[in-house]
Amino acid sequence: MRKPVEYVKFLLHLTRTHGIVRRYFVVNGFDGALTMLGLIMGFMISSPASLSVIINACLGAAIALGVSGVSSAYVSEVAERKRALTKLEDAMVCDLQDSAHGDAARWVPILIALVNGLAPLVISLLILTPLWLSAAGVPLPLSPLYVSITVALILIFLLGVFLGRISEVSWWRSGIQTLLIALVTAILIYLVVGF
Amino acid sequence: MVSVRKLVLDILKPHHPNALEFARTIAAVGSDYRVCLVVLEVDENTETLQLTLEGQAIDFDAVQSTINNLGGSLHSIDEVNVQSEPDQNELNKGDTDSH
Repeated sequence: MRKPVEYVKFLLHLTRTHGIVRRYFVVNGFDGALTMLGLIMGFMISSPASLSVIINACLGAAIALGVSGVSSAYVSEVAERKRALTKLEDAMVCDLQDSAHGDAARWVPILIALVNGLAPLVISLLILTPLWLSAAGVPLPLSPLYVSITVALILIFLLGVFLGRISEVSWWRSGIQTLLIALVTAILIYLVVGF
Repeated sequence: MVSVRKLVLDILKPHHPNALEFARTIAAVGSDYRVCLVVLEVDENTETLQLTLEGQAIDFDAVQSTINNLGGSLHSIDEVNVQSEPDQNELNKGDTDSH
């Protein structure tokens, strides 16, 4: 009997969905980080708002990103896995519901949906942490909004590093590439919203 | 007691898991199983295998269940090698009688 983690790895290998999980993690993690960056920059440029208003707005967006990620990935992946299983059952001329392929059709969409939803949610929550700390009275070296933006930029850089490790190219070049995208986004927000 | 020593099975399976993983998983069903797997035919979504399994006492039900779990389908049993052995109880009884 395989251990649960080994079995999940086996199912991902069986359905060749390792790449999809990685892609969803990066794409949606990037979405979460840039959304938070945009929101926080918007608050910085706008007339001053209380920290609780900023936290609630960002938290609302983070939850929406998480739910959207889970539901959209689940619906599309269930359809994809069902289609693949039906095609395989037709070719095999037998029912594969009780096989590893049946397990994969049931569990892989859930796993992919969780990664797709949790990546932006967790990254957003990490970016919001300085705001919570400040609201709780923890002293920060800079304004909490600046610290959050710094955290967002670090996480975006780390996503780039992760991409670099996957594609086996220079990790710092890949990290700087994603960081540049974030900086361009920040400049665009400043130019469009700031004037 | 009759022990199954060798089986030659005709199996249809999807491309994944591949032949190596398939053979490894079946070999892991018993502690002394030796598996020889030949891919006879490759289709768009499936492949036909001839799987030769050797061991001291092959558990056919466990092997079949593993094949099904991997998404395979057993088409036929093409060769069987079985051996009958006297039960340990009968051997012990025979020893007692001789004394």
